[in-house]
Amino acid sequence: MKYLEEYRDADLTRKLLADLRKTITRSPKTPDRGWTLMEVCGGQTHSIMKSGLDQMLPLEINLVHGPGCPVCVTPLELVDKAIALASRPDVIFTSYGDMLRVPGSDRDLFAVKAAGGDVRIIYSPLDALRIAQENPDKTVIFFGIGFETTAPANAMAVVQAKAQGIRNFAMLVSHVTVPAAIRALMESPDVKVDGFLAAGHVCTVMGYWEYEPLAEKYRVPIVVTGFEPVDILHGILECVRLLESSRPEVRNAYARSVTREGNKPAQAIIQRVFETCDRPWRGIGVIPQSGYRLRPEFAFYDAELRFPEIQAIDTKESSLCISGLVLQGIKKPHECPAFGKECTPQTPLGATMVSSEGACAAYYRYGRLPSTSGEGPGVRPDD
Amino acid sequence: MTDKPNFLGWTCPRPLQSYPTIVMGHGAGGKMMSDLIKHLFAQAFDNELLAQMGDATALELSPVPRHPSHVAFTTDSYVVSPLFFPGGDIGELAINGTVNDLAMRGAKPLFLSAGFILEEGLPMETLGRIVNSMAAACKEAGVKIATGDTKVVQKGHGDGLYINTSGIGAIPEGVNIAPQNARPGDVVLVSGTLGDHGMAIMSVREGLQFETTIKSDTAPLNSLVEVMISAATDGHGSPSHKSSSRGGLPRPPAIHCLRDATRGGLAAVLNELAEASQVGIEFDEKKVPIRPEVNAACEMLGLDPFYIANEGKLVAILPEKAAEKVLAAMRSQEYGRDAAIIGRVVSEHPGLVTAKTAIGGMRVVDLPAGELLPRIC
Repeated sequence: MKYLEEYRDADLTRKLLADLRKTITRSPKTPDRGWTLMEVCGGQTHSIMKSGLDQMLPLEINLVHGPGCPVCVTPLELVDKAIALASRPDVIFTSYGDMLRVPGSDRDLFAVKAAGGDVRIIYSPLDALRIAQENPDKTVIFFGIGFETTAPANAMAVVQAKAQGIRNFAMLVSHVTVPAAIRALMESPDVKVDGFLAAGHVCTVMGYWEYEPLAEKYRVPIVVTGFEPVDILHGILECVRLLESSRPEVRNAYARSVTREGNKPAQAIIQRVFETCDRPWRGIGVIPQSGYRLRPEFAFYDAELRFPEIQAIDTKESSLCISGLVLQGIKKPHECPAFGKECTPQTPLGATMVSSEGACAAYYRYGRLPSTSGEGPGVRPDD
Repeated sequence: MTDKPNFLGWTCPRPLQSYPTIVMGHGAGGKMMSDLIKHLFAQAFDNELLAQMGDATALELSPVPRHPSHVAFTTDSYVVSPLFFPGGDIGELAINGTVNDLAMRGAKPLFLSAGFILEEGLPMETLGRIVNSMAAACKEAGVKIATGDTKVVQKGHGDGLYINTSGIGAIPEGVNIAPQNARPGDVVLVSGTLGDHGMAIMSVREGLQFETTIKSDTAPLNSLVEVMISAATDGHGSPSHKSSSRGGLPRPPAIHCLRDATRGGLAAVLNELAEASQVGIEFDEKKVPIRPEVNAACEMLGLDPFYIANEGKLVAILPEKAAEKVLAAMRSQEYGRDAAIIGRVVSEHPGLVTAKTAIGGMRVVDLPAGELLPRIC
C-alpha cells in the first residue's frame, strides 16, 4: 500500500538503526541508561510493539509511553455517566468502537448493550446526526472524546446539528490537549523524560508552534513524529541528535503531513465550538487548562446539561491498576503486578488494557515474546 | 425439475396468495407450513432423501469412497447481518460453512440438515432467494439436504432469518487430520487472500459503511482438500492402502492439520493449533496474501487483517517434504489460486504464535480479545 509500505521497509529500518547507533555517545545525565524518550501517542506505542521495533532499538534508548490515548485518559466519572446515559430507554448512545469495552465502576458499554441499551458504534460523529434524524423520538448522544485530532470532526457535528436544527442530538464531551499534558509531565518531579516524540496527527491539525515555548521553558527537545516504524525511528534519531548536541528545540520529522501552522480551518472550528477548561485525566488527576468543553452558545448540545440528573456518580477505581503511572511513563505495563494476571484484555482493570492505543494492551498483545532462556514465554501470564 | 422457479417477486401458491411475507401460520404445523415446505424447500433442495418426508431420514453411507473408517459430524448456526452482502448471502454461507467444517477433518461431505428460524414479516421473495442460493451451493459442493425444520418467531424476535445446518461426511481410511497433529518442522500454508469476508461484511454494516470492491470469499473447500490430500499422499501410496502392510508401522498422515479461518481469522486458527499441538508457530507477515483493498480498509479502521474472518480460506499444516507439491496442487484449483507458504511449526514457545514483522522485528500474535473494535483516530 502506497505511503505505508515505504515506511515499513526493512532496509530503511536497518540504515536508520545504524545511524542511531553512530549518533549515540552516552548520556551525561544517566550514563547507564542513555536517553529516555516518551512517545506521546498510544498509536505510536502500538506501532512500536506491533512492528517489534522495541526489541531492535539500541539499549541506550529507553522508550516510555505517554498519556496520548484518548480512551485511556477519559475519566472514570465520565465513563460511568456514559453508561448511565446509554442505559436510558429514551437514548441512543453512539461512540467510537474503542470506548465500548472500557471498564466503568461496575460495567462497560458492551454490558449496557447486552442488557438492552441502544449502543451503536459509529466511525464519524456526523453519523450520529443521521441517526438522530432517523429517530426523532430518541435523544442521540455522541461520546465526544479524543485529543485535538478528533476535535474538529466533533465540533463539526455540533455546528451541523445547530445549522440543521437537529435538537435530539447531544454530545458527552471529554476532549483533552497534548501541550497541557507535556507541561504537566515536565512539572512532575517523578517524571524523567529527556525528549518527546510528539503525535503527528495532533500536529497535522494544530501545527507545532505551540510546542516551541515548551521546549524552551523545560529545556527538552520535542520531535513531531509519525506512526509507521520508519517514521518513529526517524523521530527517535532526530530527538537523539538534538539531545547529543544539547539543543532543546522542536523538529518536524513528519513533514509529509505536518506544517508549523497546522490546519487553520480545523483550528478555527475547534475555537468556534470549544473553549479550554480544566479536565481530570483518568489515573493522573486534574490538569489545568487541559481540555475542551462546549462554549455557552452550544451549551444546548451538552449531554451533561441536558440530563442533569446524572451529574453525581460515585466512582470506584480498581485498587490494583497503576495505569496512571503507566500513562506518565513512570512505570511500564509489565511492571504492574496485575499485568497478565488479574488484568488482561478480556478482564481489563484499567482503560490502558483495552484501547487500541493503550500501552498495557500493546504490551499484552505483541510483547510477550519468549524469554531467551528457552523456558517459555517471557512475560506471559501464568496460565 | 427442468424449469427452476424464479423467486423474484415470488409468493407461495394457494392458500398463501395473500401473504407476500412470512406469518406465524407458516410455522404452525398445518397446511400453510406444509405448502411452504412442498413448494419452496422440497423443490429447491429436490432429492430422494427429502422425498422420504419422514420424521427422520434414513441414510445409506455406502456412496462413500474407499470405505470410511470414520464419520465426521458437525453443526453450525448462521446469524449474519445483513442477509445479503457483497459476494454472497446467508444461505450460501450456511452450506459452505458446514461443508468446510467437514472438509477440515479430511471428510467427504455427504448430507446436511437445514433448520430455519424465520421472523414473522420476512418477505417470501427474500426467503426464496436464500433457499435458491442454498440449493446452488449444495450442487457445487456435491451435498444433499437430507432433513430440515422450519420455525417462525414473532416479529422482533429474530433478525429476518437464522439458519442452522448440520453435516455428515465420511473420512477415508488413512486420513487423520486433527488440530493436535502439528509437529516441529512442519510448514504452514494458507489457501489464499485473507480478510475478504470480514471486510466485505463490515463495509455494509450500519455505521461503518465504506465504498469498496471487496467481496466475501464464501466457497466450498471440499474439492480443494481432496486435491491436497491426494497430492500429499501421492508418491507414497494412496491413503487407503493398509499402512501396516509395509513393515507394520502406521504411516504418518500426510496432512497434519486443516482449519478454515473463519471467526478470529488466521490469528485465532494458528493460536488454536499451537495450543492443541503444544508447539510454537512462526509466520512471516509479508508472506501472507492480503488484497490491497482489504489492507487499505483495515488500515483505515485500525484493524489487523490477521484477525478478520474468512469463509473460503483454509490453513494447512503439513510436513515440509510435501509442502511444494501440495502448494502446486492448491494453486491449480480455483479456490487455492493464491495459496502460499507463510510459516513453520517450531518446538520453542509452545502454545504461542509469533510473526516476523515487515521491518524485520518479532511480535506475538495473540488470540483476539473479543469483538473487533474500530479505533478512534
